[in-house]
This record gives sequence, C-alpha cells and structure tokens, in this order.
Amino acid sequence: MQHKRTVSRRTVTAAGLLAPLGLAACGNTGVSSDPNVLRVLDSYSNDPDNGIIGAALEAAAQQVGVTLERVSVSGGSLIQRVLQQGSSGTLPDILMLDNPDLQQIASTTALKPLGPLGVPTDGYAQGVLDAGTYEGEVYGLAPTVNTIALFYDVKALDAAGVTPPTTWDELREAAATLTTGGRYGFSFCANATYENTWQFLPFFWTNGGSERNLDTPEAAQALELLTDMVADGTASRSVLNWTQADVKDQFISGKAAMMINGPWQLPEMTGIDGLEYGIVTLPVRDPATQVSVAPLGGEVWAIPSTGNAEKEAKAAEVLTAFLSDDSSLSMGEQRYTVPGKPALREEYLQRRPDMETFTDLIVDARARTAELGPEWPAAAKSIYTAVQLALSGQATPAEALAEAEEYR
Amino acid sequence: MTTTTERPTTAATENRSSMKRSNRWVTVLFLGPAILYLALFFGYPVVKNVIMGFQQYDIATFFTGEAPWVGFANYTEVITGALFSKALLNTFLFTIGSIVGQFALGMALAVFFRRRFPLSGFLRSLILLPWLIPLIVSSAVWRWLLDTDGGALNRFLMGVGVVDQGIPWLTSTSLALISVIAVNIWIGIPFNTVILHGGLQGIPDELYEAGALDGATGWRAFRHITWPMLRPVVSVTLVLGVVYTLKVLDIILGLTQAGPANATQTLTTQSYQLSFQSFDFGQGAAVSNILIVISLVFAVIYLRANRRAVDE
Repeated sequence: MQHKRTVSRRTVTAAGLLAPLGLAACGNTGVSSDPNVLRVLDSYSNDPDNGIIGAALEAAAQQVGVTLERVSVSGGSLIQRVLQQGSSGTLPDILMLDNPDLQQIASTTALKPLGPLGVPTDGYAQGVLDAGTYEGEVYGLAPTVNTIALFYDVKALDAAGVTPPTTWDELREAAATLTTGGRYGFSFCANATYENTWQFLPFFWTNGGSERNLDTPEAAQALELLTDMVADGTASRSVLNWTQADVKDQFISGKAAMMINGPWQLPEMTGIDGLEYGIVTLPVRDPATQVSVAPLGGEVWAIPSTGNAEKEAKAAEVLTAFLSDDSSLSMGEQRYTVPGKPALREEYLQRRPDMETFTDLIVDARARTAELGPEWPAAAKSIYTAVQLALSGQATPAEALAEAEEYR
Repeated sequence: MTTTTERPTTAATENRSSMKRSNRWVTVLFLGPAILYLALFFGYPVVKNVIMGFQQYDIATFFTGEAPWVGFANYTEVITGALFSKALLNTFLFTIGSIVGQFALGMALAVFFRRRFPLSGFLRSLILLPWLIPLIVSSAVWRWLLDTDGGALNRFLMGVGVVDQGIPWLTSTSLALISVIAVNIWIGIPFNTVILHGGLQGIPDELYEAGALDGATGWRAFRHITWPMLRPVVSVTLVLGVVYTLKVLDIILGLTQAGPANATQTLTTQSYQLSFQSFDFGQGAAVSNILIVISLVFAVIYLRANRRAVDE
C-alpha cells in the first residue's frame, strides 16, 4: 500500500494546520467521492497481522478493481475512532470490529446488513453468525476466528508422570503434582478486564452458568474450581494482575506447567529452545454429561452505512472476496486463526495440523453476545468482578457472584 | 486601567467619554484572545460535560445525534450504585495518603538539599527522574517490581529473610491501594521537592543567622523560621498536589486496572470505565462532574487561603 503512506503524511500535516479552523466545518472533509477508492479501518496495527491482513485486503481490492485507503489504529482506540467518525459522518467504507462490540455498534444503525448487499452469509459456524447478527440481520462476518484451550508443558508432564487432564478433578490433581518450588501447576488470566471474563467462560458455560443470572450454584461451582487452585497455591495469586500475554510469558519461562491461552500466542511460542507444548480442550467437571464449551473470539468485518450506495456495493464486493475460502484459509494459516466456515476444516488442518484442537472447538464455540447482545459488556464486567472477589478471598464464590450481580 | 489620566480642562467631558469608549475597545482587544481561548478550551468542555451528565449519552448518540434529557437519573444511578461509596472512599484515601507522603518526603528532601555538599546538584537532578519517565512506563516497571512471585521487591525481601513468602502487593485487596499510593508518592516527590526547594531558596540566610544567635537551630529553626516563611509555597504545593492526585488515572490503570475486585477503584477510574468501557458517557460525565466539584472545593480553599496571606 504505497498509496497509503503518501496520503497519510499529507493528510496529517493538513489536519494539523487546519485543526483550529476545522472545528466549525468538519462535514465530509477528506472523504474522496471517487467510487473506486474505499476507506478501510481496522485495529491490526502490529505486524505480522498488519501485513497479512493488508495483503488479503489488497488482493480482494484488486479482484474488484478498487483502491483501498487503509488505516490501522491500536485495539484500544478503535471504538473511540469509530464513535468519532460516526459523529462527524466520516465512517469508512469497510470496518473491522472485535466481535463482542459488533451488536452494540449495529444497534445504532451505523452498519448495513450484509445479506441485502450480496455478501454470502452461509456456511459459517453458528457462533460466528450469532456474533455477527443483530435483530435477525447479519451485520458482520469473520474470515477467521479463535478461542482458548489448555496448553501444557510436555516435558514437565512427562517428568511428573501426568497425562493432560480432561476433568476438573484431574486438573486439580495435575496442578498439585506439577507444582514445585519455582513452578506453579496451572496459570490463567484473572485481571480486572474482559480478558478475565473470556478465560472464565469455558468453565462457567460448560457447567451450565448463564450470563443472564450469575448467581447460580452451577456458576459458583465453576468459580470454586479456580478459587481452590489459587487458595491451595497450585496457581499463583498473581493471576489477579496478569494479562493473557503475562500468562504466556510465565508458561514460556517454565514458571507454569499448564495454562489457558489462545492460538494468537503461537507465533511467539515457536522457535523457543527447550519449549515443547501440547494443546488440549479445557477440562469439564463431568465428562459423562458435559462437553467443553469454548468462547468465540476474533474480529468481524462490517460495512458502515455511509449513504453512498455505489461505494457500499463496491465494499460488499471487496468483503465477499476477502471472506472467500481461499482468502480465509491463507489468513488462517498465516495468523494461526481458524477459518469461520467449518467446511474448510480438512484443508486448513493440512496446512496447520497444530491447530486441530482449536479447529474442533470453533464448530460449537459460543459467541459472547449471543444471549445478551448489546447488554453483554455489563454482564462481562460483573463476571470479572465476581472472579476477582472470589480469587482475592473477599467472598466465597457464591457470595462473589451474588455481589457482582449488583455491579451490573 | 491605568491609562486614564486627569484632564483638568472644562471641555474635557466629551473628550473623556470618547476616551472611555476607545479604552473599552482596547480592553476588549486585550482580553479578547484570552477570553476566546478560555471559552473554547475550558468553558466549552466544562459546560458540555455538565450537560452530558444530564443526558442519556451513549454509543447511539454519536450516530444519531440524539441525547435524551434524563434530569438527575445519571447521578442517582451512579450514587446509589454499589461502586460509588467504595470509589469515593478510595479517592479520599488515595489523595490523602499520596499528599501526606509526597509532601513529607518532598519537604525532607528539599530541606536536605538546601545544604551544599559534593554532588548535591547531581543528586538533586536525580530526584527528578520519576518525573521524566512516562507514567505508562513507570507503572509497567512498578507492576513488574511488585509482582508477588517474580517481583524484585519480594525477591529482595525473601533474600534478606524478612519474609518467607511473596507479599501480594498488587493482588491483595487490602494491600493494593497502599501499594498504588506508594507508587504515586514516588511519582509525586520530584514535584514537591522542586517547588519546596524553590521556596526555601527564597528565605534569606540572615534569618537563620539571627535565629541561631537566639538559640534557634535544627528543628526549632525549621519550626519558627522555615515553616512560617514557606507557608505560601506550602499552600500552593498542597492544593496543586490535591488537584493532580484526584485525577490520577494512568498509574492505577497501569498497576491494577482498578482491581483486584475494585480495591483500587477511584472516582477517576470509575468515570473512565463508565465512559470508555461501558460507553455510558452520561454516567461517566456525572462522576467526573462530582470530581470537578471536589477539585473546585480545594481550589476555593486555596484562593481564600491565598487572599488571607496577601491581606496579612
């Protein structure tokens, strides 16, 4: 994208000079009227993702015969940028959103339904469609998605004579056996952010917890599992302040024998001397009646309503090409993410055999916004508050969940 | 205006009134840019924030432009919410703890550096270090230093044998606030030291010499000479310190994300989370308005104290 660089520098300079004058006259400044120039906004600001997504977008644009002006902002500032553009009427023609945010944005009428624009919406895993659907219409689709699973240190487990746990009891035992002087048996992320909620969901959902009402015995049972492991010292108390990246660092440096994490960590985990890991589905309490439920992660792509029908049609064409099987497979292979269409499983696993666990989980992965839609963030906040209350010993798991309901 | 001059002539009445008029123009021209600047960059945001506090201002508002008037609903919701009383208490503990620590240590260092000794200049500039490091960086470093298992502080304490298990500085609900306050004190010391040191430089040495003749040295010199002479500087330092501390956000987010279990939640972090995580800008504005009122109270106290000092 050579085009992007020259434009952006000039725009920045101009914006800086004009900023004081521009306050009164925002309007549509900077939006090209050429229907063959489309603006794209995403949050893949770091390589390798930035380059991989950029190349896939470029290939799709070439098929359609349009030019893209792409802007990548950091993940934290994406929504703020979208709100700012929404209020000044300068939304891009193609927009990436984190999947739990899609319904909230769609509820504001800022997005166009993809079906009527001709973007194929069939063949996707149910979770992908749930995440992208608001009031019966599909507003966002994901070429590739991800989830979380249990990573284990092969050598540590072999040395201790432990097999990868499949039940909660086995997980407790394995963690206890694997805990030694300088190493914890188990590690996960339980900080005061949505990352915590995301990592707790598999236990919570698998055991029958519901985001509609947190205060249930099933939810308390799931929370008790994590609370017990922190209390008996088989997981560090520091999980309360660790991000998922910190958890990965603990695992890599041999300070945790097992961890919960996702495939986006794999690029940083390959090529490390002496590190040999396996990945299995997260354990369930009762294997006779339960199947591990995975939360669906990943970014969806949408078409904002810009009022320019010609551009919206072109954007739909670009998105169709971008979401095509070949494009999804190539992005999935390069980014360690799973194609959103289950039919691509075999072909994908041929290219990325190490992604088998994640690929199997995606088929039935559950979207966080499937139940509550735009109300999900409030529930997510209550959930991480409950986890923190229980893990820090402020309340028993049951009390913590009851108390967290008040924070909603 | 000081430009008005007396004209003892009889035909001066008309002349004077036209002068007054042109004077008024000059006044307007001089004040104009300042007023425009204040209105644009201070007045508008404050007014906007106050109005926002009475509106249902959420994500949809940005796209539809509609922000229904909801009266005091945002305020009642926030104040009766489970988090508010905790955040308010934490805000006071955080502010008082930080100010007391920063001021006491800053004062001690300022008095210490009043003496000249080899390397004193170098050491004094070293004190500025916390001020020069971006807050995001220093909070990331402190988060690492204070980690329960691998943190340098706990390793040191265990190595020396003071404790045999890592202290959960940032992960215990009872310690987290204290740790965050301690880091904020570290960050605030340079500010206090620099201002107070400047104030100390302004106290004439003769006073100390005269005091020494009367037997006032050491602590008594501080009590009867330094402290009274430094009072105006002290009040500026304290009020600015309070206002700066009330709005601290990045350090808390960087260290604990306002956790664990809201143990380090203050009004500032609550306002931030309401606005930029829950996207309920109305409630976020309500909390920040409450914060502005609290800051204002301190500003008024400062102005009154200052006026009294001038009167004296």
